[in-house]
Amino acid sequence: MNQKNIILKAENISKQYRLGTVGTGTLSHDLNRWWHKIRGKEDPYLKVGETNDRSTKGDSEYVWALQDINFEVEEGEVLGIIGKNGAGKSTLLKILSKVTAPTTGVIKSRGRIASLLEVGTGFNPELTGRENIYLNGAILGMTKKEITSKLDEIIEFSGCERYIDTPTKRYSSGMTVRLAFAVAAFLEPEILVVDEVLAVGDAEFQKKAIGKMQDISREGGRTVLFVSHNMAAVKSLCTRGMLIEHGRTIFLGDIDDTIDLYLKSSTFSYNSDNYIEFEDKNLPIQISRFEINSINSKGEFLKSSGVLMGDTIEFSIFVTVKQRYNNIKASVIITTSSGTRIVAIRSHEITDVVFESSSDFVFKAIVPDLKLMPGDYNVTIALAENNSTVSIKEECLGFSIVPNDVYGTGRIPKGNLFMYSEAKWELNQK
Amino acid sequence: MNKSDNIKEDWLFEIAPKNNSFSLNLDEVWRYRDLLVLFVKRDIVTVYKQTILGPLWYLIQPLFTSIIFTIIFNNVAGIKTGNIPSFLFNLGGVMIWNYFTSCLNDTSDTFKKNASIFGKVYFPRLIVPLSIVISNLVKFGIQFLIFIIFYLYYVFFQDMEVQLTFNVLFFPFLVVIMGVLGLGLGMIISSLVTKYRDLTFLVGFGVQLLMYVSAVMYPMVLLKEKLPRFGWLISYNPLAYVIEASRYMLLNEGEISFKGMSYTVVVTLLIFFFGLLLFNKTEKNFIDTV
Repeated sequence: MNQKNIILKAENISKQYRLGTVGTGTLSHDLNRWWHKIRGKEDPYLKVGETNDRSTKGDSEYVWALQDINFEVEEGEVLGIIGKNGAGKSTLLKILSKVTAPTTGVIKSRGRIASLLEVGTGFNPELTGRENIYLNGAILGMTKKEITSKLDEIIEFSGCERYIDTPTKRYSSGMTVRLAFAVAAFLEPEILVVDEVLAVGDAEFQKKAIGKMQDISREGGRTVLFVSHNMAAVKSLCTRGMLIEHGRTIFLGDIDDTIDLYLKSSTFSYNSDNYIEFEDKNLPIQISRFEINSINSKGEFLKSSGVLMGDTIEFSIFVTVKQRYNNIKASVIITTSSGTRIVAIRSHEITDVVFESSSDFVFKAIVPDLKLMPGDYNVTIALAENNSTVSIKEECLGFSIVPNDVYGTGRIPKGNLFMYSEAKWELNQK
Repeated sequence: MNKSDNIKEDWLFEIAPKNNSFSLNLDEVWRYRDLLVLFVKRDIVTVYKQTILGPLWYLIQPLFTSIIFTIIFNNVAGIKTGNIPSFLFNLGGVMIWNYFTSCLNDTSDTFKKNASIFGKVYFPRLIVPLSIVISNLVKFGIQFLIFIIFYLYYVFFQDMEVQLTFNVLFFPFLVVIMGVLGLGLGMIISSLVTKYRDLTFLVGFGVQLLMYVSAVMYPMVLLKEKLPRFGWLISYNPLAYVIEASRYMLLNEGEISFKGMSYTVVVTLLIFFFGLLLFNKTEKNFIDTV
């Protein structure tokens, strides 16, 4: 690897936070710290931190939001940082953008870093759009001269020409965001740190924003660190990915692998299990376990209840039997989180094969393309022999569909819907 | 993977837990000078939007304060102000005192007030208190104007003797001292407030008390004469020297000593640099505690 191109390097970055209210005890902790320091000893509170897991109750008041993060970014690379809520992504970006300092470790950079942690920082509602462009641009590190030279482009990109001399308090929220993003998009730092900006604006503007980001990294040759939950955006923008969990780097490598791993470890609103086991009731036939897995576009098997839109889903029903059964039927019924049944996959409807067995078996339904919109779904499974139901598990396991660019257009199907569909659009002149 | 050994260490900058506290990054502040100008502009433009009297509020407050001081301290308590009309004496004191307190008060909650913006984007935090001190200068300018108007009134209509000397040229120097002192104390307080909120209450109350030992509404000698046991209170107060000196320069009333002024300058610079160090240290991590 050509070492000359490494523009940013993080070495052992850790960040410790104190939990609870900062109040009683602060002064005594400070004094204790100072007392250790003048005796040349280590900070007594640096040792006690625990891994940051929101859901488990810890003993210590201090937690490590980040622990030993190491990475290098090459010039012109777009690094996607993904992870669940609370994994430490934002903390890392805050450290990168110098908003807060790390507890240990060092970040070395060969270029200026500008951050887009939240667009519109420092917008003053009383000032006009034009004045706010200057103010916001200066906050982000531009000089007045630089802004003036790009003013026309910024105004044009924002699409707010008409309102440019109106105070921004009269703007719609969408317009404010457009203007703010426009300012940020014309920043010219060597390294740009972006957090979730694409979650704003309408579809048209989002496309514009993603396009602009691509321009920045490809044509501008600039390095971008990108944090988002929008997997489609991450996939289309980034070249490499870093997966963070509980403040530690889990994976650093190719973006597709990172996303796969993220989906695998993903829990969404369900617990992390992609299976459920049922207790043995000693019945002659019963479901012992139910599993949901997904198979990605490369044919890899992912043990995860998070399924990327368009990927194959595999439902596995594990059955224990005590005697021979002829003509076993199984159904997988998918319901929305509110309980509406939307799809039923029934073995006896789909196939003429008569399933029979005298020993334990696994019933698998492999669904190549369940055209579900992103969201959480539940699964009800039922087992029948001949025409009588022997076991039914109502909404026993959930899975999530994760947004993806299924049409390959860079646009994700949106809306409060259950299904999407492939289609061919034609325009026929009469 | 361990490539760090042979990488040439020519980084542009590093982000580390604690920088040397003596690196004040003043060059960075200079790079952001445009932001400073824009902040000053914003402060001036937006403060009085949607008020009826607008900048008139700058005048009402010192005028009423001076009137009340004149009634209470000069007419009721009988404090003598030499050849100078008591009202003008008080107005001069209040005017320069106001500049100090507004610098102190506005800068002392820098971190708390700007937490949301500081939490999202980095720029030298020093820009904010600096811009406050500068935009307060505009407010001071307006108050100074009203002082001049009353000065002229007393000269033309009340036959006050004009006693202007070349000393008046040093007056801007005193304003700078006041600003730097307010900024220095403000930076110290704003740094400590991020952790210890108690200070907010102390400041509001403390500043009020401080006024009574800063020779705002009486000549410095008066306190030393009448309360010799507490004379040290005013002798160690750099603010008292500045206020006394400014009246000396504008009204030729009071005393000015080289010793007192050098003491003031030294204390001001000490407070300012201590504040700067503390402020720089705080800006790195305050967002976790504020």
